[in-house]
Amino acid sequence: MTCGYGDRIILRDVDLVVPRGAVVALMGTSGGGKTTVLRLIGRQIEASAGQVLFDGTEVGTLDRDGLMAMRRRMGMLFQFGALFTDLSVFDNVAFPLREHTDLPEPMIRDLVLMKLDAVGLRGARDLMPSQISGGMSRRVALARAIALDPELIMYDEPFAGLDPISMGVAARLIRQLNDALGVTSIVVSHDVDETFSIADHVVFIANGGIAAQGSPEALRRSDDPLVRQFVSAAPDGPVRFHYAAAPIAEDLGLGAHR
Amino acid sequence: MSGPVDLLARLGASVRAGLADIGDAARLLLRLLALVPAALARFRLVADQIHFLGNHSLAIIGVSGLFVGFVLGLQGYYTLQRYGSGDALGLLVALSLVRELGPVVAALLFAGRAGTALTAEIGLMKSGEQLAAMEMMAVDPVRRVLAPRFVGGLIAMPLLAAVFSAVGIIGGWVVGVLLIGVDAGAFWSQMQGGVDVFKDVGNGVVKSILFGLTVTFVALRQGHACRPTPEGVARATTRTVVMASLAVLGLDFVLTALMFSI
Repeated sequence: MTCGYGDRIILRDVDLVVPRGAVVALMGTSGGGKTTVLRLIGRQIEASAGQVLFDGTEVGTLDRDGLMAMRRRMGMLFQFGALFTDLSVFDNVAFPLREHTDLPEPMIRDLVLMKLDAVGLRGARDLMPSQISGGMSRRVALARAIALDPELIMYDEPFAGLDPISMGVAARLIRQLNDALGVTSIVVSHDVDETFSIADHVVFIANGGIAAQGSPEALRRSDDPLVRQFVSAAPDGPVRFHYAAAPIAEDLGLGAHR
Repeated sequence: MSGPVDLLARLGASVRAGLADIGDAARLLLRLLALVPAALARFRLVADQIHFLGNHSLAIIGVSGLFVGFVLGLQGYYTLQRYGSGDALGLLVALSLVRELGPVVAALLFAGRAGTALTAEIGLMKSGEQLAAMEMMAVDPVRRVLAPRFVGGLIAMPLLAAVFSAVGIIGGWVVGVLLIGVDAGAFWSQMQGGVDVFKDVGNGVVKSILFGLTVTFVALRQGHACRPTPEGVARATTRTVVMASLAVLGLDFVLTALMFSI
């Protein structure tokens, strides 16, 4: 499929398959279209050409009820958690259960505590989002994302801004939840080490398309210049350090002296 | 040649954008009106908003009403006593407040106090991806977030206008009866005899409901449509005060013309 914002094409002729039950990582440069892929799957935006299929159903053709039913089968972790700031940790996780089910409050309480326990934050249930750290916010958001037992969980930059301990915790949690709940996970990330440690399949997105893909081991051995630059964090390569500009000598007015 | 063509193109683009904006706002208003029964069915969410919008505005409404009542008592008596009608002060104060000042000034204060809070809250929810998160949880933000606030504003605003008028009348009584010495019996009996429940109080209530709808809708729309950046939220909050205040004053003229001129 192809997708863009206005006249600007972000993704062109991208053909991507996410196998059921796998952890698939989307990696690439900032602004390369990784988050756009997540938005397309949840139909927050629509493809300008081509199809996005979720479990065999074309996302773009669903009516509003169909879209809502499909989204109930997905969980999404936003980059900074997107917790509801006026609700406590407990109420944030209970939110989707209260909105979508008629479960009695004692049962909701048990479910919420189980979800919070899975992310290690059962003891933080009464805190407000402003009282917890960024890493904890994301774990609460993860508990909220799995509240309705989704089949697909999408993670948008789950490691951004986390300290090494929180990053390791988050990475292990993604892998454990994927295996324990039998879900499919799509992880958008820049962090090579953490992402390679949990992913079954890694897709590099660059220049509006898929530049390379494969298992983490295969990509570590890859000779592709872009993959090499990304994995080794080299400042220059196919992805240029400098934004397109006139020569600096010209900008500094030094050209006339030559 | 490109100058005039560019100018025309820009003019056309801005007209199209303006029309699309109006259409978008109209659709949101119709959706919110259609969602009123659904919001009332989950009254706890609405009650929270009545508390947030209403109770938190009580102090400013009460203090402002008192001072407006004081001034009405002074100015009213000054004018009336020149014609030997000082005893009619209670009637003048009550009619001024119930028909005009209560709904209008309460709505202006409501726009400044509650409207800005609504816009900032919705705008910050948008910039913090909370509304997007809600959509991805298959929860409609318009139904879950905007509609309870809309109904809360519709209910809170007439109550605040009533409080404003009541406190203002007490202010007029304090100045007129206690300080100036107008006869208390005349103050209250003139008011009782001259204020019509339907024509004066009823029309005032209708005004305050419509002002509540206007201010709350403008505030919600600005928050919902703002750019999800700090600057965007700040601009939207400013627009809420300006647009809601002008809309209230303009609407007041139209309503007054319809209600009292016939």
